Amino acid sequence: MSTGLLTDISVFILALLVGFEVISKVPATLHTPLMSASNAIHGVVIVGAMVTGAEAHSTAGYILAFVASAFAAMNVVGGYSVTDRMLQMFRKRPGAGTDRRPDGKA
Amino acid sequence: MYTTGAAHLSAAVTGGASLGTVGTIVALIYLVSAAAFVIGLHLMNSPATARRGNQLSAAGMILAVAATLAKIVDDGSITGVGWAVMGSGALIGAVAGQRMARRVQMTAIPQLVSLFNAVGGGAAAVLAVSSFVRLTEVDHRSLSGRDEVSTVLDVIIGAVTFSGSLIAAGKLQGWISGSPVTFRGARALNVGLGLAALGGAAALLAGTDSLAALIVVVIAALVFGITMVLPIGGADMPVVISLLNSFTGLAVAMAGFVIDNSGLIIAGALVGASGAILTKLMADAMNRSIGNIILGGFGTGDSAAGFAPDAGGSITRLSAEDAAIQLAYAEKVIIVPGYGLAAAQAQHELRALGDLLEGQGVTVSYAIHPVAGRMPGHMNVLLAEANVPYTELKEMDEANPEFPTTDVALVVGANDVTNPAARRADTPISGMPILDVDRARRVIVIKRSMGHGYAGIDNELYTLDNTGMFFADAKAGLAEIAAAVKALVGV
Repeated sequence: MSTGLLTDISVFILALLVGFEVISKVPATLHTPLMSASNAIHGVVIVGAMVTGAEAHSTAGYILAFVASAFAAMNVVGGYSVTDRMLQMFRKRPGAGTDRRPDGKA
Repeated sequence: MYTTGAAHLSAAVTGGASLGTVGTIVALIYLVSAAAFVIGLHLMNSPATARRGNQLSAAGMILAVAATLAKIVDDGSITGVGWAVMGSGALIGAVAGQRMARRVQMTAIPQLVSLFNAVGGGAAAVLAVSSFVRLTEVDHRSLSGRDEVSTVLDVIIGAVTFSGSLIAAGKLQGWISGSPVTFRGARALNVGLGLAALGGAAALLAGTDSLAALIVVVIAALVFGITMVLPIGGADMPVVISLLNSFTGLAVAMAGFVIDNSGLIIAGALVGASGAILTKLMADAMNRSIGNIILGGFGTGDSAAGFAPDAGGSITRLSAEDAAIQLAYAEKVIIVPGYGLAAAQAQHELRALGDLLEGQGVTVSYAIHPVAGRMPGHMNVLLAEANVPYTELKEMDEANPEFPTTDVALVVGANDVTNPAARRADTPISGMPILDVDRARRVIVIKRSMGHGYAGIDNELYTLDNTGMFFADAKAGLAEIAAAVKALVGV
């Protein structure tokens, strides 16, 4: 096994563990935005679409590059916007007659 | 060790050779992006910081894209057509994604997440095919074992996610029947697809580098995604979406192995882990194993098992006025919203009634079962949209001790998650965590009919002495009760 592959596998495993650790503390209240936010993060595939697209020099390559960038851009832009829209509502305080502090601690 | 690690961060753009200045900077920027993703997710621990977390994560994404653009320009191997193709693709995708994100109704969030998930998995699969085509057809290189394994895994996971997520979105949107779709020969077809995928994968791993073999794998995986999700019922779609989200993360991580980019590996692994945890949490809240959901079979023929000895006991019917009196003169009311509320899009009416009661000095809070709505935490989003402060939303563990001191529990569109039968053995929902609604002094249930919930059994809550049933659509029923309360107290 090459050092490069070993490094990549190490990074992969450690990132999985970090993911488990970070996510397991999120309260149920935020599970939908969390799923949407993590959905946006895998939109990082756009970087891969750009890297492979830049190397395309054939018709097939161009078609695949077009599809990959369109898909990935939709994932990343839509994912972050819709998550932001949801979380914005969580921030909003009700208009009338409440004395709750905006940080959510009663 | 460190230099090797860093070299591989951007080996994709440098072709594996030593890093230039630009390459080093790009590699470091990817690292910053990865840190932004991790910290961003960490900030989602609290509603107060969650939005900032998502914005930090988005900033990391913008950095990564900008760095990649800089590297592509510096590299100089991209053609004019390449720019045009990629630019137009990205523009179309971005505009479409943005418009959908802006316009979507909050009740339709699950299908939108599923759609974005589909295209993410699709992009990961297409990217692997694209890389494969360039290496074998254009550069005439033979693939290394690493390339073969990661390409096959990326393509299989990505393609299954793509078609599976589209089917899941279609089911939630109502374009495809939400009931389990089964057909004769499904098992044989799945075995055949598995064999085809295995055969294609074996041919690739044997070093044939055959595009035909890769296409066989892609097609088998695409069809398998469809046959995997079709037989699963609509109520299980949230678990499926969560699982597919996890799959996409893994597909993206595999894409990172294909093009040797640790930014993709880190982000993909993070999402893979988060999706796995959410899937597990959801399945636990539904008292089912993930395997059981994917293989289906719940509620098919065993519905007789759950009849309680006293099922068919008398029910108490309430009018809107009865319900209004009970609510208006209560001191403490807990509202239990469920799937039916989401389906009727009645969250605003619910909020209006809650406000009205609070105006009368009633203490109102909302008890949310982890799987209420169409996705874990979906009900919280719907109530947040209706301006209910998240401090009034109580999770199950918080709400259950409150019920014995509650005057009225108002159940709107929730069924199985309130069924006390879950506490007994030998029912289909035995052991499922439920909200202890029956322990409140009085229970008001707004429901369209005595129809069964997803588990297909009678809800023993409905025949208890302290339960009153108000038969109405959630939206109309809540509005009627609110009007009756207003008439009663004269506002």
